[in-house]
Amino acid sequence: MNDLLFLTWVRSTGLDIAIGIFVLGTLWRLFEIYSLGRKPDLAVPRHRAGASGLHTMFRRSIPPPGMFKRSAISYVAGYVFHIGLAVIVFLFAQHIKLIQELTGLSWPGLPSQFIDATAVVTLATMLLVLVERINKPVKRFLSTFEDYAAWALTFLPVMTGYLATKHLLLSYTWMLALHILSVELLLIFLPFTKLIHVFTLWGSRWYNGDANAKKGVPV
Amino acid sequence: MSASLQKGISVLKEVIDAPIASYFSSCVHCGLCAEACLFYTETGDPKYTPIHKLEPLRRVYQQEYTLLGRLAKMLGLSKPVTDEELEEWKPLVYDSCTLCGRCSMVCPVGNDLVYMVRRLREGMAISGHAPDGLIDASKRAVEIGSPMGVRLPALKVQMGHVQKEIGIEIPLDVAGAEYMVLMSSMEIINFPEYLGAVAKIMKQAGKSWTLCSEAFEATNSGIQIGVSDIAGVLVQRIVDGAEKLKVKTVISPECGHAYTALRWEGPNLIGRPYTFNVLHILEVLDGFRSQGLLKTSGFEDTLLTFHDPCQLVRRGGVLEQPRNLLNLVAKNFVETSDPGKMNWCCGGGGGVSAIEEAQELRFAAFKIKKSQLEETGAKTLVTACANCRIVLEEGLEHYQMDIPVVGLTEMIADHLTEGE
Repeated sequence: MNDLLFLTWVRSTGLDIAIGIFVLGTLWRLFEIYSLGRKPDLAVPRHRAGASGLHTMFRRSIPPPGMFKRSAISYVAGYVFHIGLAVIVFLFAQHIKLIQELTGLSWPGLPSQFIDATAVVTLATMLLVLVERINKPVKRFLSTFEDYAAWALTFLPVMTGYLATKHLLLSYTWMLALHILSVELLLIFLPFTKLIHVFTLWGSRWYNGDANAKKGVPV
Repeated sequence: MSASLQKGISVLKEVIDAPIASYFSSCVHCGLCAEACLFYTETGDPKYTPIHKLEPLRRVYQQEYTLLGRLAKMLGLSKPVTDEELEEWKPLVYDSCTLCGRCSMVCPVGNDLVYMVRRLREGMAISGHAPDGLIDASKRAVEIGSPMGVRLPALKVQMGHVQKEIGIEIPLDVAGAEYMVLMSSMEIINFPEYLGAVAKIMKQAGKSWTLCSEAFEATNSGIQIGVSDIAGVLVQRIVDGAEKLKVKTVISPECGHAYTALRWEGPNLIGRPYTFNVLHILEVLDGFRSQGLLKTSGFEDTLLTFHDPCQLVRRGGVLEQPRNLLNLVAKNFVETSDPGKMNWCCGGGGGVSAIEEAQELRFAAFKIKKSQLEETGAKTLVTACANCRIVLEEGLEHYQMDIPVVGLTEMIADHLTEGE
């Protein structure tokens, strides 16, 4: 297969398969999880301002009191690479163009130099996160193959995307095709790995916030 | 598979609901829950990471409730939960978890980890992997009526002592009283002054109250060991007593988990709402204070600090009341670090203080409390849970710290204005 054929395949059939598995897989996972339901709570609730599922959905993005100094790298690196990924995925002009082709929706992007810098910072931060996972006893203890695989599935699209736009290592066509392929792998595995937290963390935060709000505790 | 293991697994399948499925699906193995757990922070051992304590429950979830997990199980590719594994997990699920819920406050994806530990204990207990200390306490609670084996005659003796000492009659089985007062065994045996304090406060406030001979014990080992059937029986006794005496409000004593059991789990355990209110004694006292029914004079002048009982504050929602009451009678009140809902556990909640083999670990975990206290320089430690109190006293003794531990209700009672 030559580079153009490969690129054409990942752009058409490959993308269709990946998006199909991603959409159906995610819907299935969300159904599988949330259709389990929960029992109603018969205790008389206490009401307190600031305590609700909705509050916790947002509040939990901020380190709770005392936690930042206990694990500063987790928080700083966590913020940086998550925000970096969001900026790259949703504010890079080429990506917006693709989203427009797929959905018809579009919005203004950021200058490509800014996206480049964001990609470099994101990649460096993700490497730091990996080093942390290997070095910190608790993180290493908890880590399984899935954790490292999920890291790689997230890292590769950013790396190949950066290399493609900079015309580094391989020809643009090859690198772009690899970039799209790596995104497809990410989409395919996301619903079935811990990467599903992109969706389920909102439900988790809501349940936790709601259960504690019934006792009048803002969490 | 043994019959008991089979029962355990089927209970675990039963307790898994949408929140638990969402929590396990969301975990990214960041390990931040470890930083919130005193058993990890004070020992540095990663096995005490809260999410790791839940591993057997996670596997049952994955193997029973996810498509890929079920597929793997069918193909014999998954590792089943065994008796050996549950036995290995016993020290993680019981000895090193006080159900304090601090981990649930910090998880960045929002997982309510303590909710899951409480439910994992249901499967552990039914499959025969609960610690002996909790099994014995639960047996005594069901058979005798109290986890410490305290019977009505013992209570009556203590009532007699208190009556003699303070000259106020302690009412028993008074139908139609506004309040029904519960005690914990620990208070009956070790801190009967609590009863005297309540009597004095009720007298000053002009409120009718009573003890109930059929339901005086508030503690609930059922929720600690994780057997909802036992927990339900113990709650039902209180409900029957309160409904028989037709009281308006049942007062949970200075005991954290008794409050959680009665106020928050109780209606769910017996399957219906109550016909009466449940308040913690501090809620009652703070209510009296705001209505002008709590008249105090004089102030404590020593430097004192407050230990927030987890089940009362973080897990119970009684947040401001302890501070309101302390400020009524104390001029030199200082907060510890991480006060209120972020407070660190005494290390003995959730049944841990009843597990003999956990004692050494409990003293290790107490180091966090020790350093919190040293930072404040406090000369007196006030709390509002008899179990915290005894655990704190033992910890202070172990580390040779000469700091008296006082119950807040008694401290308030000591400052009541005489003759009113």
